[in-house]
Amino acid sequence: MSTATTILIVLCLGLVGYLAGRFRSVKLSSGTPQSLHSRPGYYGWFVAICATMPALLLLTAWVSISPAIIDNRVFDTLPDAVQTLPDSDHALQMSKVNAVAQGLSRLTAEQRQSFESGSEDLRELMAQTGVAVAGDIESYMPAAATLLLEQRAASANYRTLLVLVLAVAGFCYAWIQVGPQMRARNRVEAVVLGMLIIASSIAILTTVGIVLSMISETWRFFSSVPPMEFFFGTVWDPRFAAAGDTDSVGQFGLVPLLAGTLYIALVAMVVAVPIGLYAAIFMSEYASPRLRSVAKPLLEVLAGIPTIVYGFFALVTVGPFLRDISAQINGLVLGEVSSFIQAQSVLTAGVVMGIMLIPFVSSLSDDIITAVPRSLRDGSLGLGATQSETVRRVIIPAALPGIVGALLLTGSRAIGETMIVVLAAGVAARLSINPFEPMTTVTVKIVNQLTGDLEFTSPQTLVAFALGLTLFFITLGLNVYALYIVRKYREEYE
Amino acid sequence: MNIMSEAAVEETLANRVAEEQAPVKMLCRNVSVHYGADQALYDVDLDVGEHQVTALIGPSGCGKSTFLRCLNRMNDTIDICKVSGDIRLDGEDIYSPSIDVVELRANVGMVFQKPNPFPKSIYENVAYGPRIHGLASSKAEFDEIVEKSLTRAGLFEEVKDRLQSPGTGLSGGQQQRLCIARAIAVGPQVILMDEPCSALDPIATARVEELIDELRQKYTIVIVTHSMQQAARVSQRTAMFHLGKLVEEGATDKMFTNPDDQRTQDYITGRFG
Repeated sequence: MSTATTILIVLCLGLVGYLAGRFRSVKLSSGTPQSLHSRPGYYGWFVAICATMPALLLLTAWVSISPAIIDNRVFDTLPDAVQTLPDSDHALQMSKVNAVAQGLSRLTAEQRQSFESGSEDLRELMAQTGVAVAGDIESYMPAAATLLLEQRAASANYRTLLVLVLAVAGFCYAWIQVGPQMRARNRVEAVVLGMLIIASSIAILTTVGIVLSMISETWRFFSSVPPMEFFFGTVWDPRFAAAGDTDSVGQFGLVPLLAGTLYIALVAMVVAVPIGLYAAIFMSEYASPRLRSVAKPLLEVLAGIPTIVYGFFALVTVGPFLRDISAQINGLVLGEVSSFIQAQSVLTAGVVMGIMLIPFVSSLSDDIITAVPRSLRDGSLGLGATQSETVRRVIIPAALPGIVGALLLTGSRAIGETMIVVLAAGVAARLSINPFEPMTTVTVKIVNQLTGDLEFTSPQTLVAFALGLTLFFITLGLNVYALYIVRKYREEYE
Repeated sequence: MNIMSEAAVEETLANRVAEEQAPVKMLCRNVSVHYGADQALYDVDLDVGEHQVTALIGPSGCGKSTFLRCLNRMNDTIDICKVSGDIRLDGEDIYSPSIDVVELRANVGMVFQKPNPFPKSIYENVAYGPRIHGLASSKAEFDEIVEKSLTRAGLFEEVKDRLQSPGTGLSGGQQQRLCIARAIAVGPQVILMDEPCSALDPIATARVEELIDELRQKYTIVIVTHSMQQAARVSQRTAMFHLGKLVEEGATDKMFTNPDDQRTQDYITGRFG
């Protein structure tokens, strides 16, 4: 029986269990449902959960674990010559056996006979059924494939049987448990709580998993490039990884990338913070409800534009505009029309990224400013302060810690931004303080190192993980600091 | 707005003096307030005597807070609120276009129901008003204003050693007295109090009531209260509101012993409200 059918049967059993549990609890209460500990629905859910959950968990475990066990068993029957091959070939052989097995299972009885009598080539037969097997089919493979198919069939049978038995057992257990004294509500709620905990731990575990995977690769990188050279090197020149050529290890200096990242983020914040803050103050303090209901969503549309589109904007509009206007300025001041701002520059990337960040700053700050209690506004206005004095002297100071937290969160977004930088500031890793020249960032270089044909053994690719981990810790630090500030704010003003 | 002739105003003011009552500080005629389509106040006529405490009483939602907020145009901050009628401070129409609302609020200070000190130090809370109105220039002048205001509010002795600590760290009663000090610091003529003791315990309430009585010497006070005892204790005149209308207004002694209106009688004795 297929997995889907099994699941369907278990779910049907769950549905029956719900109805049965409900019915039984009502019946046991002998006409006074108030005498039950829980409402009848909870008994229904209790039976349904007992019938389905263990069975489905078993099914999941079985489906995820059994293929490995079967593969191992089949592999043990392969000839010694195959077993002594290196590890990387084991997987290759097994995937071939799997392909043969898939082909065999599709053959008609007639085709099968013709193969067993040796009149037709197995590979061609399989090609007819739509299964392509790479390379030659070794003589031991059909036997192994047959064994694989048998094992799978047996596994599927046991699986179905055990899952259904477990489902029925759970059903019966719950059925017996149902009674006026049984605390079905508490038990159902415990299950719900468990599911909530699992859901929230998945996010945390994923984060931990991501960091661990990066750490192992980073470790490998640092075994070929010393950390000191990475963290304090001022030249970024990774060269190309040539197979078998160990001489061409380049220079992996983080400093130019980090400088570019922070520089572009700084320019972006210089653009985004004043505009975003003023927009937030206008929206929260001055705008009429009607204007606000139109303008705020419009502003937030900016946040919905994919960053690559901002990249286009930078590439074809802002960059050339800045270049041309700098040429004009030069013409006016020095009488010589030559641009001092390059089309791809820190300034271009920073300005466009700043525009992208405006809605983040304004939306977060708007929420924080709106959260300042109305009594403070009234208190200030009641003393004869104007609205702008109230904003400047009472509202902003009261909201400041929250706003700083919001700005730090925005900053960590600026540091992680890639697409705008690629198109607006280029990919040249340079160390410069001139904002009119191209620079590049950590994220751009990660993309750079991980595109194309890769081999995950050379420092040229592994460096991407070291860069990623560095970036992760920078943004993590910023976020933690932002949370700390926001928390401090809460303690002080509530 | 200006529905009274100047002569009529003069006459009213003169009449009050003739009756040997306190001179009229604020004079209100036909004051109506609409919140959008709902009318919250219907043609209220009420005079506020100088150096008197006028108590506004009445059941919740009767419009007494709305009326109070008309007196320093705090209702302007609510978009849908429309005020009509004639309100005069020392004979001058406070809703006339020539009046600067900021200046008006400096003259007619307000203390709110819930203590709302700014998240600043005690000193800065009091210095806030003088700072924005430029009432002092040197540190010494500010120090003097702060000390004087805190003293008048009866708070100085309690906080003189920690003027730089946050105002939000004080107890509820101290916070409310800080708010009163903050209002006094601007040098107002009238102080409006919107249930100033409703968030305070009985001891702090007694302290604030005592303070209100002292403040009467220098300021004109209008207080909204839900406590009959408080109205009886602190006020010289009482106005009873019901369903957005002024039921009756008179000397507090008379209002609490022999009111003209049955509704006032019922409310004071706790039969409704």
